[in-house]
Amino acid sequence: MTSIHGHSGDAQFTLRRRPTSEKLLDLGFRQLTLALASLVAIVLLAILLTVFQGSREAMASFGLQFLVTSAWDPVNEQYGAFVAIYGTLVSSILALAIAVPLGVGTAIFITEDLIPARLRELIGLMVELLAAIPSVVLGLWAIFVMEPAIRPALELLHRLLGWTPFFASTPQGPGMAPAILILVVMVLPIITAISRDALNQVPIELRQGAYGVGTTRWGAIFAVILPAAISSIIGGVMLALGRAMGETMAVTMIIGNSLNFDLSLLAPGNTIASMLANQFGEADGIQVSALMYAALILMLLTFTVNVLAQWVVRRLSLKY
Amino acid sequence: MTHSKSISGSDTTTDTTLFDRRPLNFDPRLRRNRLNDLFSFISGLFATLAVLPLVLVLVYVLVQGGRLISLRLFTQLPPAPGLEGGGFGNAMLGTVLVTLIAALIAIPVGVAGGIYLSEYAGKSWFGQLVSFANDVLAGVPSIISGVFVYGLIVASRVFFGQSYSAMAGGIALSVLMLPTVIKTTNEGLKLVPNELRLGAYGVGASRYVTITQVVLPAALTPISTGVVLAIARAAGETAPLIFTALFSAFWPEGIFNPIATMSVLIFNFAIMPYEAQNELAWAASFVLVMMILAANLLARWLSRLSKI
Amino acid sequence: MNTTLSQQSTVSTSRNEICMSLQNVSISYGKFEAVRNVFLDIPDGRVTAFIGPSGCGKSTVLRALNRMNDLIPGCHLKGQVLFDGQDLYHPRIDPVEVRRRIGMVFQKPNPFPKTIYENIAFGARINGYRGDMDELVERSLRKAAVWDECKDKLQQSGLALSGGQQQRLCIARAIATEPEVILMDEPCSALDPISTLKIEETMHELKRNYTIIIVTHNMQQAVRVADMTAFFNAEAVDGGSGKVGYLVEYSETEEIFNAPAQQSTQDYVSGRFG
Repeated sequence: MTSIHGHSGDAQFTLRRRPTSEKLLDLGFRQLTLALASLVAIVLLAILLTVFQGSREAMASFGLQFLVTSAWDPVNEQYGAFVAIYGTLVSSILALAIAVPLGVGTAIFITEDLIPARLRELIGLMVELLAAIPSVVLGLWAIFVMEPAIRPALELLHRLLGWTPFFASTPQGPGMAPAILILVVMVLPIITAISRDALNQVPIELRQGAYGVGTTRWGAIFAVILPAAISSIIGGVMLALGRAMGETMAVTMIIGNSLNFDLSLLAPGNTIASMLANQFGEADGIQVSALMYAALILMLLTFTVNVLAQWVVRRLSLKY
Repeated sequence: MTHSKSISGSDTTTDTTLFDRRPLNFDPRLRRNRLNDLFSFISGLFATLAVLPLVLVLVYVLVQGGRLISLRLFTQLPPAPGLEGGGFGNAMLGTVLVTLIAALIAIPVGVAGGIYLSEYAGKSWFGQLVSFANDVLAGVPSIISGVFVYGLIVASRVFFGQSYSAMAGGIALSVLMLPTVIKTTNEGLKLVPNELRLGAYGVGASRYVTITQVVLPAALTPISTGVVLAIARAAGETAPLIFTALFSAFWPEGIFNPIATMSVLIFNFAIMPYEAQNELAWAASFVLVMMILAANLLARWLSRLSKI
Repeated sequence: MNTTLSQQSTVSTSRNEICMSLQNVSISYGKFEAVRNVFLDIPDGRVTAFIGPSGCGKSTVLRALNRMNDLIPGCHLKGQVLFDGQDLYHPRIDPVEVRRRIGMVFQKPNPFPKTIYENIAFGARINGYRGDMDELVERSLRKAAVWDECKDKLQQSGLALSGGQQQRLCIARAIATEPEVILMDEPCSALDPISTLKIEETMHELKRNYTIIIVTHNMQQAVRVADMTAFFNAEAVDGGSGKVGYLVEYSETEEIFNAPAQQSTQDYVSGRFG
């Protein structure tokens, strides 16, 4: 490059005035990114419209009765999604009930210095990698390894608690209980990761303050650190709930896909997602519409939970 | 102990006997110390339980799947039900193809969307709308994206009258990838210090040149990390493919025909009552898990590069 | 200032009993040595100030006094810190118990994300307080000179207060548990002058009942509040990189500022460096 001295250098800069082509490029690039960004909103809208449009026939035929009836009868063309809705809610809520203490406990274990930093990082890494295992592989594992392994425990539950409706049936392979357990495995990494981030963001000053008045480690955790992180943790739990409700493959493979209602957790059940996975490929006529209707319900459920999660994080977040 | 000393004035010292005062020595039998140990034990137990599934899944996939690995798996077609042998060469090719289609759609759109959000949108209502839509889309269950593409493409047969196709599967996967790519691009670009942009403007660069030649290269590692993870996730997805790409027992016949993928093969073969198929499912899991773990470690390595 | 003190000019404890005693204390973070060979006797019932340039290890020494450094991975202490006749770093000692008797106020106000009332009551409760809690909350807030600002909003979050009020709330929190010693790590560094003044008034009140040790960057503050002053400095390590802190001089505040024995003290207090 030659040096610039005085006016003689000007000739070397042929682009001193921005040509129109460059301005057009600038504007064009902006409009392009804008258009592609809008695509997100358009896709979302298109999903909603497609599913809504598809479910209109079923809506007209079954109305809101669809939510509370449990007939799923392709021969007589009678459809009600109660079994699947009930299964979706019960399986995800019970999975969360198990996964939340496990995940938050794990997060505490790897953010407090109970063990050497190396080991903590290793545990964190392993939990993250667990999230990367495809759902279908977990399903395969659930069918051939987990379910046979836990069946004796489930049989014991049946023997001890068989008098309650929730454990009334004998465990015979696929069912609600193994599906819940595999859901626990699937949402655990989300809860752990978000709780870990939340706990790491608690300022060191707050921790010192707690120790300064003479708390023990767990006194500080329960009284100060967890309350300071609670909004993000709740947000993470809600996100995990949304994920659990929409989780498809592993659940489909192990839940038994029963169309009959059964209170027993040891009996086969169904969820909206697994019903879709099982029947969509072979359905036609109003059954497709009924499935679309169920998909719409699933969308609304996960949408509500996810928006609530964001609201919780924003609303409850403490300023410190 | 005398509690009688009443606290009268506003400024007297408290009767210190109102507090527990112990010797400074550590007393393990103290309630608080016993509780402390108990909770430490419980959290350690929980962490062990959380790690256990990964270990068990990996062990089984490695043992059950790894022992079956042989060259024929990659070169042969799946056997007909009841027959022995065979492989999943077509499904491997299918997974690569479908994931490639998804990546070719989601990466340009996602990176552009991320650029818009980070560089142009600011705090405008439209930018917030796009972010919100992106968060919602990220939360949409994967099976719904399959239902969407089924309704939009498969049922309507827009592609040359074809219903199920590799293309439909790829589009369904791209819907799932898109939010991740946008989010990582947006966050990656936001990490680029503003001085870099000002510096580029300072030498007279246009916005387009600044973004494409200064800002984007500076954020390349976080973006590529996110993209690698998104691809890995998509490669393992099954739900959106079952009734879009469907399955095929044959070699891929172009992108407008049904195609086999590893994940759908695992699903189909896992629930078949034949041992040969079950074994293929395990072997396919092994290959899939190895690919995905490798991608994750690659992403980790990439993100470490940027920190140096 | 109390003028009946003895005229000893060396490391002095005068007529007062010794509250805490550092015996050849060296503190290191991993391989890096932060402070070396500190001998220091802190008198009972008075205010002792630690001054010195940044990086001289004065805060490190302060945090060592109630085992706050335990929270920093890799931090290690050699030597002895004697309190109540015991070495606080003896393996048998319970750091939780130590912190209950030696309270602390930190550089940045750090109220708990709880109500003002709970900020005070929490510490008292875990210290096994059996008295009237309302009364204790009021008394502690009064002693910390923040009662008037807080009395109408005891059930609001402690984070709703201003910075100066938050810091006084933290002082109230520290004294509510009736510790014997209060450590203050640059308690006014994040505050405006008016809040600083109020906190200094609070300290004057407090030293009637407590032993106070304060780290400060502000020499005027040391003159205003402290009876005793310890000057720390840092020197380059032989053949190594980085600096190690050490205690230069420890005496009555008046002496440190008017007739220091060491040249470096003179240079520092007259503002020639630091």
